[in-house]
Amino acid sequence: METLLEPFAFEFFRNGLWAALMVGALCGMIGVFIVLRGMSYIGHGLSHAAFGGAVLGYTLNANFYVGAVLTAFFAALLIHQLSRGGKIKPDAAIGIVTTAIFALGVALISRVRQFTQSFEAALFGNILGVTSTDLWVIGAVLVVTAVGLFLFYRPLLFSTFDREAAAVFGIPTERLQVGFSLVLALAIIAAMNIVGVTMIAAALIIPAATARLLTDSFSIMLLLSTVLGALVGVSGLYASYHFDAASGATIVLFGAGIFILVLLYHHLRERLAVHEHLHYHDGVAHAHPHTHDGDHAHRHEVPASLAAPGQGAKAQGRSSEMKVRYKKI
Amino acid sequence: MAQPLIRLEDVSAGYRHRPVFTHLSLTLDEGRFAGIVGPTGSGKTTLLNTILGTIRPHAGRVLIEGRPPGRTRSGEVGYVPQLETVDWSFPVTVEQVILMGLYVNRRWLPWPSREEKRRVAAIAEELGIAACLHHHIRDVSGGQQQRAFLARALINRPRLLVLDEPTAGVDIKTQHDVLHLLEELNRQGITILITTHDLNTVAAHLPWVICFNQGIVAEGPPREVFTRENLAATYGGELAVFDHDGHLLIAHAPATHA
Ligand SMILES: Nc1ncnc2c1ncn2[C@@H]1O[C@H](COP(=O)(O)OP(=O)(O)OP(=O)(O)O)[C@@H](O)[C@H]1O
Ligand SMILES: [Mg+2]
Repeated sequence: METLLEPFAFEFFRNGLWAALMVGALCGMIGVFIVLRGMSYIGHGLSHAAFGGAVLGYTLNANFYVGAVLTAFFAALLIHQLSRGGKIKPDAAIGIVTTAIFALGVALISRVRQFTQSFEAALFGNILGVTSTDLWVIGAVLVVTAVGLFLFYRPLLFSTFDREAAAVFGIPTERLQVGFSLVLALAIIAAMNIVGVTMIAAALIIPAATARLLTDSFSIMLLLSTVLGALVGVSGLYASYHFDAASGATIVLFGAGIFILVLLYHHLRERLAVHEHLHYHDGVAHAHPHTHDGDHAHRHEVPASLAAPGQGAKAQGRSSEMKVRYKKI
Repeated sequence: MAQPLIRLEDVSAGYRHRPVFTHLSLTLDEGRFAGIVGPTGSGKTTLLNTILGTIRPHAGRVLIEGRPPGRTRSGEVGYVPQLETVDWSFPVTVEQVILMGLYVNRRWLPWPSREEKRRVAAIAEELGIAACLHHHIRDVSGGQQQRAFLARALINRPRLLVLDEPTAGVDIKTQHDVLHLLEELNRQGITILITTHDLNTVAAHLPWVICFNQGIVAEGPPREVFTRENLAATYGGELAVFDHDGHLLIAHAPATHA
């Protein structure tokens, strides 16, 4: 018991836990929009651009955060503009813009040696070095994002679902895009020191993708993804302390593990759901909608009138029993 | 009544530096139910998008009720996109799709008000999809999907309704259902503009047709417009026109297949 509670005695661990919770929730909620737009790698790209921007800002004696946020925001807008014409797909635009800016950062670092140390945290995440200033920054970004998503939920949902139609209906899709890019840039900078540039993509994508498997409702997906992100952040960090492994990596591994479990559950549920294929019973081959049980017994969904007389009734009898078992799962 | 609802004056439009059509002038009177037909790539969608304001013309003027598109009263123009462009795996129900039509009205709360729910229920009832409001959009029939998007466009009671290929990708029965529905809406006073590939459906249902191929070849009632010459000018190949018991039928001229 004592070993389980041991890490909570340290302030650095409690700070890290708060950071993981907030960054997890933040990435979870933003990730929903990214995943549904089919732009999953924008987070990966922008975090690299932000890193390049941070180095650039440092070189110019500007603030680390300011350089990173401005660059990520600028990169997001540039990606949007590049991919609008249709000739350059978003994935290519992300690759070009963000890698170029990242390369600029790397080039600058390699010229001035003494940099190397201080940017390692940004690359791989250093959740246990979180200061209370960091916590305030992350908290502020979380609040701004949550309030923004709440107030602009409707136009954002519409333009995420169908941009062109939304524009026709009079939704200011361009202004929304700019606003979203800004929030995304802020979130990425908030997450950068926690999970690391290299792991941000996972923090953004995994909770949303997991939530998508669990629901067909947008609002529930948004809530689930936020909660999942926070949960994975906290439990991953806690595990990383006990396994003495890198925190960003452990958090991502936890997320991936939960994704796999949900995927298995989803697959099982689909198999149990009504479907149709050719099969045999009572010596007759036929196809009709049914659900599966473990031993391939099945429940008939066809109305009794359509099923062969006798057979139908028999199968129906078996079905009610199975239905009860199915519901208990 | 007949004052133009849509007016295009000497419009050139297209993508980047390549115009799809140039110097196009077109008027559509209020109360019309018109279909744009033309071969694939002829610019039908481009024309619709120009009218809707999602493509800005390179030259010329587009006016909807005397105002440029995008400056119209919100909800005045209803739009139903081509169903093939819809992301069917997106997590929304039929009800949520219809609700989007109301997102043009400012409301800061994400969830629908009681009044909004009532309006969605009413329009769904009108279009016969009340029973599947809570189904995911992927899990309803093609006709119901078409109606869901139609309901989204109609919920603001638009004066102009624009549909891109409403007859594509659904079976012939559903096509007729949708067109009957549009006829009914037109009778209620809504001006309707659609694009389609189905000449026979146009001939049977639509009172007004625009033959389009990077410009207007001919426009008017199908009986006057669907002549061998006009169809040849629109489609290039030979199409035959038959009068079958008062129904206009268009088919490939047998000779072209020899
Ligand atoms: N986003 C785009 N960017 C560049 N060119 C485009 C774009 N969309 C269409 N085009 C081109 O413009 C021309 C007209 O296309 P449009 O989609 O308007 O034709 P359409 O008549 O609607 O065809 P269909 O019947 O196949 O729907 C085509 O040559 C097409 O290749
Ligand atoms: Mg088209």
